Amino acid sequence: MQIAVVVNGEEHVRDVEPRLLLVHFLREDLGLTGTHWGCDTSNCGVCVVHLDGVPVKSCTVLAVMADGREVRTVEGLARGADLDPVQRGFIACHGLQCGFCTPGMLMTARWLLDHDPDPSTEDIRAALSGQLCRCTGYENIVRSVRWAAENGSEAAS
Amino acid sequence: MQVPASFQYRKATSVAHALSLLAEYGPEARVVAGGHSLLPMMKLRLAHPEALVDINDLAELAEIRVEGGALVIGALVRHAELLSSAVAGRHFPILHDAERVIADPIVRNRGTVGGSLCQADPSEDLSAVFAALRAELVVRGLDGERVVAARDFFVGPYETVLADGELLVAIRVPIRPSVSAYVKVDRRAGDWAVGAAAAVLELAGGVVAEVGIGLTALGARKFVAAEAEDHLRAGPPSGERFAEAARIAAAHCAPTADQRGPVDYKRHLAGELVARALRGAVGRAA
Amino acid sequence: MTNTPTGFGRMTRKEDARFVRGRGTYVDDVRLPGTLHAAVLRSPLAHARITAIDTRAAEAHPKVRVVITGAVLADRGLAWMPTLSGDVQAVLATDKVRFQGQEVAFVIADDPYSARDALALVDVDYDPLPPVVDARTALDPDAPVIRDDREGRRDNHIFDWEAGDAAATDRVFAGAAVVVAQDVLYPRVHPAPLETCAVIADHDVVTGKLTVWATTQAPHAHRTLLATITGIPEHRIRVVSPDVGGGFGNKVPIYPAYVCAVAGSMLTGRPVKWTEDRSENLMATTFARDYHMHGEIASTVDGKILALRVRVLADHGAFNGTAQPSKYPAGFFHIVTGSYDLEAAHCSVTGVYTNKAPGGVAYACSFRVAEASFLVERLVDLLALELDVDPAELRMRNLLRPEQFPYTCSTGWEYDSGDYPRALALLLETAGYRELRAEQARRRELGEHLGIGLSFFTEAVGAGPRKHMDIVGLGMADGAELRVHPTGKAVLRISVQSQGQGHETTFAQIVAHELGIGPDDVDVVHGDTDATPFGLGTYGSRSTPVSGAAASMAARKVRERARIVASAMLEVSPDDLEWSPGRWSVRGDPTAGKSITEIAAAAHSDLDLPDGVEGQLDASCVYNPPNLTFPFGAYLCVVEVDPGTGQVVVRRFVAVDDCGVRINPSIVEGQVHGGLADGIGVALMELIAFDPDGNHLGGSFMDYLLPTAVDCPSWELAETVTPSPHHPLGAKGIGECATVGSPAAVVNAVMDALRPFGVRHADMPLTPAAVWRAIQGRPLRGDLAID
Repeated sequence: MQIAVVVNGEEHVRDVEPRLLLVHFLREDLGLTGTHWGCDTSNCGVCVVHLDGVPVKSCTVLAVMADGREVRTVEGLARGADLDPVQRGFIACHGLQCGFCTPGMLMTARWLLDHDPDPSTEDIRAALSGQLCRCTGYENIVRSVRWAAENGSEAAS
Repeated sequence: MQVPASFQYRKATSVAHALSLLAEYGPEARVVAGGHSLLPMMKLRLAHPEALVDINDLAELAEIRVEGGALVIGALVRHAELLSSAVAGRHFPILHDAERVIADPIVRNRGTVGGSLCQADPSEDLSAVFAALRAELVVRGLDGERVVAARDFFVGPYETVLADGELLVAIRVPIRPSVSAYVKVDRRAGDWAVGAAAAVLELAGGVVAEVGIGLTALGARKFVAAEAEDHLRAGPPSGERFAEAARIAAAHCAPTADQRGPVDYKRHLAGELVARALRGAVGRAA
Repeated sequence: MTNTPTGFGRMTRKEDARFVRGRGTYVDDVRLPGTLHAAVLRSPLAHARITAIDTRAAEAHPKVRVVITGAVLADRGLAWMPTLSGDVQAVLATDKVRFQGQEVAFVIADDPYSARDALALVDVDYDPLPPVVDARTALDPDAPVIRDDREGRRDNHIFDWEAGDAAATDRVFAGAAVVVAQDVLYPRVHPAPLETCAVIADHDVVTGKLTVWATTQAPHAHRTLLATITGIPEHRIRVVSPDVGGGFGNKVPIYPAYVCAVAGSMLTGRPVKWTEDRSENLMATTFARDYHMHGEIASTVDGKILALRVRVLADHGAFNGTAQPSKYPAGFFHIVTGSYDLEAAHCSVTGVYTNKAPGGVAYACSFRVAEASFLVERLVDLLALELDVDPAELRMRNLLRPEQFPYTCSTGWEYDSGDYPRALALLLETAGYRELRAEQARRRELGEHLGIGLSFFTEAVGAGPRKHMDIVGLGMADGAELRVHPTGKAVLRISVQSQGQGHETTFAQIVAHELGIGPDDVDVVHGDTDATPFGLGTYGSRSTPVSGAAASMAARKVRERARIVASAMLEVSPDDLEWSPGRWSVRGDPTAGKSITEIAAAAHSDLDLPDGVEGQLDASCVYNPPNLTFPFGAYLCVVEVDPGTGQVVVRRFVAVDDCGVRINPSIVEGQVHGGLADGIGVALMELIAFDPDGNHLGGSFMDYLLPTAVDCPSWELAETVTPSPHHPLGAKGIGECATVGSPAAVVNAVMDALRPFGVRHADMPLTPAAVWRAIQGRPLRGDLAID
């Protein structure tokens, strides 16, 4: 069926099978490979994107469910050369190693700061608790989000 | 990667439309809302619906409101919305206790209250909570609406009284003064319950006027510890009576062993968590 | 953090700019025109004879191109492939299936969804056989024989191996006043990198060139193995490992589907891509541990540890596919003597086949140092309990002293350097050990159960000297090539492959340090066999110890070449020049000198050079390490246990690590953080168990639990620095230290908390059920299904 999805501000009209998962629509149909998939069962969170402004696990959303809605992916975080504060925070605080979980972590961190500009470390850990990282032990991810809270009061615009 | 088999897909634009689509596609059609129970099953090819009727656009099912002396939670309310609902938390803190430990924040953004209940997974938290609250589930079919007590909604694991073509539209929780709590043990944050207990107490004149005790993942019939409730009703909310109720709850549940724990542990948990939930609820009365 | 102008220190990572933008390139992100997509049909049974495979319905699917079965491969001699341990493994089963999840057929279709659909159309008839699930029964006389494919095999025995002096050890034990013994299971766990394994095989029928994009930690070894397996000449094979989303040992072996993808590309003339799903990753790719250990520790009455005696039953699964140096079938397990000065030690290991997935050496274990370290640290705690001595005090009394280094342990390892008491003392001070014990006593009075657990570990990393260490005959030396362009910018090409370790940064810092230029002026190339020198890859914490040394030595060669060029430029003898970072200058006259940039330009110019001196500055090195390096550390974990539910909460974790010289402290600390989280996971929740039918009970992240941000405390780190005497930079390697050292600290903490209940030991993972059952005196057995 035909769907129209606004992804990172740009409308895409595509004919898709109803069973196509949103993560595959983004990766295969639109070539936005920054969103990864890692577990099939909505446990790992490397596939997190914003759907109408809310973080969701795109491996467990059908592309057809995004018809008429807005999706934002990691590719839509920066504004040109200006990185979002969460992106700068992850670089500054060594918040990533292999980079595979990073896009999902960034998307949730952005959403968290949009709703709570000064989260405690406990708030950050709770907000990220649906997303796994195998490299960092989470410590520097938490510090990265705090860095973003302290050094970038608002998203890149 | 795991992907579902092919199916037909229709987006419902109203409850009436959803019901007509369910009728059109017959018993092999399934309703999909958040999809966080159904889609993984379909990816694993353990569920093979021929058609999905998507109710995500039905704003009429997405509200939380107080109406007719009851808290009414639309079936499409997301877990995150129930968790952040001040009115729900004010009347029934147990709802926030439970929502805080259901899956994880991202899943809660998408998963729905109605979807959880209709899945009837024995490890699902809200079944025990609404059973303890003696909630009423509002079910609509082409022939009209019926109301089912939460305790009568569940037939068995993954099985409810919903007939083909019916849709759960709302959960009504009668508002009476009560204290409540939900206590869960899991192996890790976000995991399904090893076991959990829900307690709701209506206290009047130093006596337990009514009580609801729910059990999650512990093999309680209809998610309820009815014998323990009977023990507590009409007596004082004392520690001794709570301990006896806990013992009764443990004795009457029938947990099964799995990788979350052996039977003896789960039976012990039933008692331990019922006692904690009762104490936690009463602790809120202060 | 700020970028330092040159050399070692904290700097932000060069690779992060692409990762935070979603611009990393993992194998599944690679798009080649005309790619076909594959899916693997796997055995639902743990042990069964295959009586028939019917692929006709699948082949009739309109989008299916080819269905490959074992018979198709057998025609081409590809049905079996060598493992990394001298065994063979079925690529696609021809005779029997030997574990649940084993590869049976490979379906290639136009798109991945259709390939998945067609799996259901392949009809396989199985004749079920009784499985061997419990390793402890694998050698029973009536046990079903799993490997009847091997001629003359009548049992499930793989190897017996031992180290140390059995007779001397028995003598010490016979005379010892105190002996403590314990059975300890280190259960089967899984590295579970968040990126699953993936491959794209692209065989060009015209040129005969095979390009394989794969999630591999060892691209060069994979190229050699693929040449051996497929018969394609090695110079016509290119292996590219782009960004890798975590490895932890999971991406060392070649998996059957990689070979199938190559065969598929040769059959179809098109690129064939296969990406495994999470269940496949957890069920069929290399697991870790699964060591059933019996340990004994002997001491005097006043707590002088005398000897260690260990027997191990090692569950290797259905094929012996462990990845470790050939002469070490139990890896480096014989470092089980740990950090203590013993009179004697002996360990023996017996490997057996079971109807489970192959593997065993993975998950940041440093070739079984993880198992060894866990066992000895449990035994030391049990000894402390027996003697009623504080476990910190007992360790301090028995740790090797600095003056004993280099130290040769009872099982033969020569530890290069260390100051163990200093590390332990720093740990106790950082943690506030005395106050913690006081708090524990206070809270026990209140009926609360705080536990404090210690571990001290000695790691053995950087394999290794090629005289002793090879994998499938490939000596474990690694190459580095350094080119310095005319403008003074440099490119370093290395054989090892990052899976998140930050090689592009660390290795640039090594070159920057040696040449006195900025790290941003050094580009690091890795992961492409056509563009990098040969080497064995990244695992066993070997990148910095081996390849880092190669990079350092190559840079020093460049520096020496630069000296000759500078001497020609300055018209002085090379002997009259002295080096300061980035510059050769005339001894005693620092103003008369030339920078590396000036020298590089001159080296490419028409400058007259002395006879026999080539132009340019490029150099290479193949580094053959003289010994392993031996990082070490002291860890402390604080837990709270709820005896009513068995729940464990980790309140604090303090880690002192000594990995020698730190090139980029931020990267070192990040690696420690990750390993500590592994320790929480392994100790408290990660597990692969099997039911009596051999069904895998951890086949998704719903069942195989990994720790989240709320399960981990905020790690508290400290460090000592004891340089390695034999590494050119004094560095020792860090990647696996925390994974090796941390589980014992967590388990020791939980056991400490349970001391009032008389609990001595419980096996991992310490789930709520396991803790509660331990308190009841009826411990759970972790490797089998809970009944």
